[in-house]
Amino acid sequence: MIREIAKYMYKYRWYAVLAPLCVAGEVLFEILIPRLMAAIVDVGIANTDLDYVLRTGGLMVLAAVCALILGLLAVRFSSKASMGFGAELRRGIFYKIQDFSFKNIDRFSVASLVTRLTADVSNCERASMLLMRMLTRSPVMLVSATLMAASINGELVWVFLVAIPVLAVALGLLITLSFPRFMRMLRKYDRMNATVQENLAAIRVVKSFVREGYEREKFDRATEELVDTSIQAEGIIVFNWPILNITMYSCIVAILWFGSQLTIGGQMLTGELLSFVGYVTQILTSLMMLSMGLIGIVTSKASLERIIEVLGEKVDITDEQADPALTVPDGGIEFRHVSFRYSGEAKEDTLKDINLSIRPGETIGIIGGTGSAKTTLVQLIPRLYEVSEGELRVGGHDVRDYTLDALRGAVSMVLQKNVLFSGTIEENLRWGDPNATHEQIVEAAKKAQADAFITSFPDGYNTVLGQGGVNLSGGQKQRLCIARALLAHPKILILDDSTSAVDTATDAKIREAFQSELGHVTTLIIAQRITSVMDADRIVVLDDGRIDGVGSNEELLRTNAIYRDVYESQQKGVA
Amino acid sequence: MPPMRHQIPQKPKDFGRTIRRIVTYLFRQKWLMLTAILLVLVSSGATIFGTYMLRPLINRGIVPLIGTEPTLADLRPLILMIGLVAAVYLCGALANFAYNRIMVTISNHILKAVRMDLFGRLQELPIHYFDVHTHGELMSRFTNDVDTLRNAINTGFVQFISSSVSVAGTFVMMLVLSPLLTLLVMAMVAVILLILSQIGKRSRRQFRLRQAALGRVNGFMEEHVVGQKVVKVFRHERATKAEFDALNEELREVATAANAYGMMMMPLVGNLSYINYAVVASAGATLCIFGQLDIGTVGAFLQYSRSFFQPITQVSQEFNTILSALAGAERIFEVIDTEPERDEGTVTLVHTTTGADGQLQECAHRTGRWAWKQPQPDGSARYVPVRGHVVLDKVDFAYEPDHPVLRQVSLYAKPGQKIAFVGSTGAGKTTITNLLNRFYEVPAGKIFYDGIDITAIRKDDLRRSLAMVLQDTHLFTGTVRENIRYGRLDATDEEIVEAAKLANAHPFIEHLPHGYDTLLTDDGANLSQGQRQLLSIARAAVANPPVLILDEATSSVDTRTEALIEQGMDSLMAGRTTFVIAHRLSTVRNANAILVLEHGEIIERGDHDDLIRQKGRYYQLYTGQFELD
Repeated sequence: MIREIAKYMYKYRWYAVLAPLCVAGEVLFEILIPRLMAAIVDVGIANTDLDYVLRTGGLMVLAAVCALILGLLAVRFSSKASMGFGAELRRGIFYKIQDFSFKNIDRFSVASLVTRLTADVSNCERASMLLMRMLTRSPVMLVSATLMAASINGELVWVFLVAIPVLAVALGLLITLSFPRFMRMLRKYDRMNATVQENLAAIRVVKSFVREGYEREKFDRATEELVDTSIQAEGIIVFNWPILNITMYSCIVAILWFGSQLTIGGQMLTGELLSFVGYVTQILTSLMMLSMGLIGIVTSKASLERIIEVLGEKVDITDEQADPALTVPDGGIEFRHVSFRYSGEAKEDTLKDINLSIRPGETIGIIGGTGSAKTTLVQLIPRLYEVSEGELRVGGHDVRDYTLDALRGAVSMVLQKNVLFSGTIEENLRWGDPNATHEQIVEAAKKAQADAFITSFPDGYNTVLGQGGVNLSGGQKQRLCIARALLAHPKILILDDSTSAVDTATDAKIREAFQSELGHVTTLIIAQRITSVMDADRIVVLDDGRIDGVGSNEELLRTNAIYRDVYESQQKGVA
Repeated sequence: MPPMRHQIPQKPKDFGRTIRRIVTYLFRQKWLMLTAILLVLVSSGATIFGTYMLRPLINRGIVPLIGTEPTLADLRPLILMIGLVAAVYLCGALANFAYNRIMVTISNHILKAVRMDLFGRLQELPIHYFDVHTHGELMSRFTNDVDTLRNAINTGFVQFISSSVSVAGTFVMMLVLSPLLTLLVMAMVAVILLILSQIGKRSRRQFRLRQAALGRVNGFMEEHVVGQKVVKVFRHERATKAEFDALNEELREVATAANAYGMMMMPLVGNLSYINYAVVASAGATLCIFGQLDIGTVGAFLQYSRSFFQPITQVSQEFNTILSALAGAERIFEVIDTEPERDEGTVTLVHTTTGADGQLQECAHRTGRWAWKQPQPDGSARYVPVRGHVVLDKVDFAYEPDHPVLRQVSLYAKPGQKIAFVGSTGAGKTTITNLLNRFYEVPAGKIFYDGIDITAIRKDDLRRSLAMVLQDTHLFTGTVRENIRYGRLDATDEEIVEAAKLANAHPFIEHLPHGYDTLLTDDGANLSQGQRQLLSIARAAVANPPVLILDEATSSVDTRTEALIEQGMDSLMAGRTTFVIAHRLSTVRNANAILVLEHGEIIERGDHDDLIRQKGRYYQLYTGQFELD
């Protein structure tokens, strides 16, 4: 796990090396201080040598200043390293998501991806910081203070040698015991938050069914579980305190007892005894910080795991088999015994044995009930999903032979759930073609019947859209999305229920514009409204993942029961 | 410990009030809290006392014996003193453990209480509150704000008590030991506080910058993750990556600076306290040489001067946390203090049977016959059968004072009628239904329900009598069955299947991996929008209310399925007053009355044939000459 993540530290590796070095240096200077203090007491005071006292005092100040400088440098370097690491990690995840196929995207919810990019990355940032500083500080402190103590008095140092392994075992035990409990607590925490989120989103449903009390009970259960698990987890961690305190105090008492006898016997000086007490305090303060830091590191393990889950996700649609030089020659499409299922566990195929051949420049309408797999069918064409069985050919080649760039450049699609981004209208349209001139943009907008309303805004094409295009009506958004797709100059254009919020008159004008100006473009139109597909060259009727009928409006009215049903349910009574 | 989050140091507006409020939460468990405080005092006292013992230990226990061959009697004071120190330390350690353990219980229960209060209040707030506050904003009350409060309670408040005790105690002891050296320490403290306040100022500025950059990056990431499929369709990955890199780099720079400032406190205070230690050691030794002090005093004083700085370091580390926590707590309390929905209604909804005398009688079980129970001044009650007769009389409404949404809207719906609203987005269709169930209050005009002014009806009962199916379906985590049962908690499994069949949801539910026991998560993410709408229709069907409101309930269902549901819907609507809002005019064609709304006014009314004959706006819409947005 660490190895997978370490590469994100590479760019800032020198800071990551320098930071612990500085921490180590800081500790070494700190360690000198009690030793110098002992010298002041035992030499300076004992010999009433004022000059020695002042000189040694000066050395102590010098040591403290050096420690201070190194300490500040350590902060600087570790900040650079950990924030750099965080930035690289965030970049790694974001880039990975950019490479995701639709199937990969479906596997993670948007909210969970956003949490991974934000909270989880922050946790890792923080953990790396703790690692660099605390995890260096305590061991270095432990070893060097013990050595220093040993150099002062070899007979007393065994107190440390007993205390340290006892502490290590005890703290290790605490962490192993608490880790699963913390994980459980985090899960309950997520559950509780999910309950709140759901409640807020559905507040109107809650209120209209008068379920406030029911919801409160649900929340009560969720928080109660959280309280239980947190008390269990934190209840273990508080043992930290007595363990550290009792060890520290036992050490002090032992040093006082054995040390005083040594001092009385003349094998040790008073100042040296005091410095021993000083070392105990130093070692244990650093251990206390370590154990508190460790909880942070341990809990961030969950974050790290979640991040690795994203980074390790296998992208299932790649350019592996593609011929990089191949471009799409024309807009012909051919489905040969194509079947598709969303996941291996699915009971049955979503699309079953589809055979369909579409000539370049043809206009195809697709109609079918909810869940009849209309969207699935068209999403296979730009290889947003991979066919499970059979073969799908575009322009005479298997879709897998093209690079995704080449294929998707030739196939433009207006998704059902479409999204505009914050920025101006023109910037949004430019997504279709980054190099389009303003004239080309206006032209595309005109074809999509969007120019009129755009120019009616005070800022015209420079109107700034909020996130998701919140300041536009549904029909306006749909028309912008169509214009955006037109700008890509596709050979194949797919409209997935893209004019549902547009009135029938405008819808007709859009189709008219398509017919007169995009005659060479293969166009696939999915629609609920029969009028949107009536004039298509051919109409495909899908039912439960199968093609139920293909033909022109008149043919289908004669031969296809489903089509006739839909037609009649919508057309009856129309003047 | 919840996931760690970076905290924005924010200044709370009213320090004192917020702290008092938190303290009242703390003292909900009065005895536990008092015990904890007592234990803190014991533990801090023990440390101070233990350190103080260094002086007599050295001066009386060790120094007189140096170079002698002590007998057991000579060692007696030393043994006693060490024994005493050991005992005091043990008490201190136990007290410390006990109060930490108690605080775990207290803080968790406080957090639960705060969360419950917050959640409970959210359930009671008027819908308007949710219009003006985003979910993200309210969510962060539960996550960020409660989390920082947790940190503050766990570390901050206890730390504050124990730190103040040890600082005060240590200060007194230092004064006792040597006023002169204490002066020296205080001078150093002054210097440190000065530096801290300077750094604090800069650090807050850096954190604000960082927070702004973080907001930009997070906003960008969220927007593009939401729109990821569009990014892919337009092969915009490279451009998106480049844009991201620029923002990310900007964040890295300010985050590094902010973090460096934030972390600087510890080495700074720690090492300045060493400098202080050095100065005190030299000065103490000098005083010793001149016979002003003894070695034991110097030794004890040196320990004190170290422990004096520790709480300062900790508090300076926690200072930002405490400030943010107070600001967060203030925001939480603001929500808790928001006035809930007002309800002065006295009329309730009851089940009835017809008694022997032909009069309506209240009964406890579900009879399918509802009545309004109107309490009379003389203490008796009058029962009015619920029939679904709804009258709006010159209703005005505005969400914001200057933007009227409804103007002088009057209409009546006779029991069992189907009333349809047609009009553009913002014409006020949904608003009318939201006034019916009193999501919003009517400022002018009246609404009568079976002849009773709806403001006289208890809100819960009013809402129970209306079932709503909204365009934005919302499903809950749980099984399909549980989701349908949401409409009526005591519905049997058979009734649920019945309702699902009525909504034509049964066939697709049967196709799900575990049928009715299939677990839905993430707002039913594994279902199509159309399927979710069918489920929410089933949910309304199981509720079996006298009045039904369908707000674009079938907008995502294809017309053929809609036609299939229609039969179900027809039987669902039979005998019920139904209000329908639909974009698709085919759905409203068979309504008893169609009301065309424009800019908050009813501009046309009549049934389908009337309106077509009128050749007005409805006719234009119907023939596609006019766009509905």
